[in-house]
Amino acid sequence: MLPQILISVGFLLACGLVLATLLLLAEKKILNYGTCQIDVNAGRKTLAVEGGASLLASLAEHNVFIPSACGGRGTCAYCKVKVLDGGGQVSPIEAPYLTPEERQDQVRLSCQVKVRKDLKIDIPAELFNVVRFRARLAHKRPLTHDIVELRLELLDPSAITFDAGQYVQLESPDYKGRESVMRGYSISSRPADTHLIELIIRRVPDGICTTWVFDHLQEGQEVVFSGPYGFFHLNDSQAPIICIAGGSGMAPIWSLIRDMRDKGIARPATYFFGALTQRDLFFRDEFKQIEQECPWLHFVPALSQEPADSDWTGERGLITEVVARHFPDASQHEAYLCGSPGMIDASIAVLTQNGMPQENVFYDKF
Amino acid sequence: MTPLSDMSFFASFVLIFVSAAFTDNILLARFLGMCSCLGVSKKVDTSLGLGVAVIFVTASTSALNYLVYQYMLVPLGLQYLRLIIFIVVIAAFVQLVEMVIERTSEKLYNSLGIFLPLITVNCAILGISLFMLNKPYNFSQAFAFGLGGGFGWFLAITLIGAIRERINESALPRGLEGPGITLIIIGIMALGFIGFSGMIKI
Repeated sequence: MLPQILISVGFLLACGLVLATLLLLAEKKILNYGTCQIDVNAGRKTLAVEGGASLLASLAEHNVFIPSACGGRGTCAYCKVKVLDGGGQVSPIEAPYLTPEERQDQVRLSCQVKVRKDLKIDIPAELFNVVRFRARLAHKRPLTHDIVELRLELLDPSAITFDAGQYVQLESPDYKGRESVMRGYSISSRPADTHLIELIIRRVPDGICTTWVFDHLQEGQEVVFSGPYGFFHLNDSQAPIICIAGGSGMAPIWSLIRDMRDKGIARPATYFFGALTQRDLFFRDEFKQIEQECPWLHFVPALSQEPADSDWTGERGLITEVVARHFPDASQHEAYLCGSPGMIDASIAVLTQNGMPQENVFYDKF
Repeated sequence: MTPLSDMSFFASFVLIFVSAAFTDNILLARFLGMCSCLGVSKKVDTSLGLGVAVIFVTASTSALNYLVYQYMLVPLGLQYLRLIIFIVVIAAFVQLVEMVIERTSEKLYNSLGIFLPLITVNCAILGISLFMLNKPYNFSQAFAFGLGGGFGWFLAITLIGAIRERINESALPRGLEGPGITLIIIGIMALGFIGFSGMIKI
C-alpha cells in the first residue's frame, strides 16, 4: 500500500515539476522580445525598455505615468494613449472602450498594448507634469470600521500643486507574495496645503493595495505615489451645486468644499453623504463646523439601512431617493458625484429625470 | 459489423471521426462543455473562433493524453490518476500553445488567443480524453476520436451561434431571453442528434 501511495504522489509531483519547468523555459525562450524603443510625442522622450510587458507598465518604469485606476486589467479605460506605430491590432478587451473616433485616432488602452517591437506613441502633454513623490506616512487614523485617513508628508519633491478633485496613484510594495500594484485615490486635503496630501481609503476585502494600507503600513513609513491625475474639478460657473458621494467617495468632495471656503467661492452647495448605518458616518462634526462658517453649505447625511427604532433623526433611505426628495427640480444645478459605477449611474438617472442636463453632471467613477 | 481492429486504417479513422462528431456529439449527446457554449455562442464569429480552438486542442490533447496514458500511467499501474494528470497536461499544453500563437501570429492570437484560457476549463476537452479510454483504440484512432469530438463540438456551437443570432432579433417572452431559450434550442437540437444514434456502433 505504502509504495503505491509513494509512487503516485511522486509521479504527480514529477509531472507537475516537469510541466512547470517546461512552461517556464518556454516563456523565457518564446516570449523574449529583447529591447524595444518607445518614442514618446515625436522625439520628446525616447525610452529603451525590455519588451514583453504592457505599455502602461513599461512607461511607468521610466517615470512616464499614465493614469490608471484598475491596475491594468482593462476595466477603467483611463490609460488611453495614442499608439501611432507598432501597437498591433485592437484587442477584444479594449474594443468596447474605444469610440469609432478614437479608433480613427489610433487611441489604445496602454495597459492592453504589449510592447513587442519599437513603438511610437503620443500622450497628453500634461502627463509629463505627473511626478513621482516620496512621502512619509505622518498619520493614519480610522474614520469608520472600514475607512482610514492617511496623511502623507512629502519628502521629495517637497511640494505638490493640484486642483481639488484630482487623484494620485499610490504604490503598494511587494508584500507577502502579493505583487506591487498602483491604485488611484482622490486627494482629500486642501490644495492650499502644498507640503502634504491626505487620502481616504476604504478597505476592499482581499484588495492588494488596501490590505497593505490597513494591515501593513505603519506611521513613519515611507511610501511612493504619483500624481496628480484626473479632470474632476469644480466647474467655473455660478450654478448651485449638488454633491453626492458615500464612503471613501467623500475624499474629492471634502477637498472641493474646503477649497471653496478657502477661495471664498460662495455658491450654494448641498452635499448628500450616503451610508448604510450610523457607524459608517464620519466627519459630521467637521461638516457642522464648516456649515456654521459658510452658510452656503448644507450637509445631508442619509442612512439606507439604519434600524427603524434607532435614535437617528436625519434622512433615511437610498441616497438617490433622498436627492430626489430634496431637489424635485434640479434643472438649474450642477452635480458632482464620486463613487461606485452603480451609485453614479443611479444618481445620474435620478438627476436627469429631475431636469438636470447630462452635461452638468460631473463624476469620478471608481 | 466488422470489429475496428480488422478494418483498414482509413476506414476506422473515418468511422470513429464520424461517430464522435455526430452520433456521440459531445455537446448535444453528452451535454459536456455547456458553460463555455452558453457563454460564447451569442454570435457566429465568436462561436467559430472558440470552436476552431477546441478542435485543435481536443485533437492534440487526446493524442498527447493517449501517449501519457499508455506509456506512463499503464506501465506504472497508475491508471486511477488519469483524471488529474489529464487536467494538468491539458492546462500546460494550452498555456504553451497560447505562448506560441502570441509570438508567431498576432492575427491568430487576437481571434483565437482570448479563447484559449477558456478552453483549459472546458470539460468537453477532458471528457474526450477520458472517453477515448473506454474503447480499445490505438494511437491514430484516439486521435480520430479527439478530432471528431472537437469537430462535433465546433459544429454544435456554430449552429447554436447562428440560431441565437437570428433569434436575438425576434420578440421573445422576457423569461425566455438569453440562456433560457438557448437551453431549449440545445434540447431540440439534441433530439435531432439522437436520430443519429444507433447508425454507427463502435
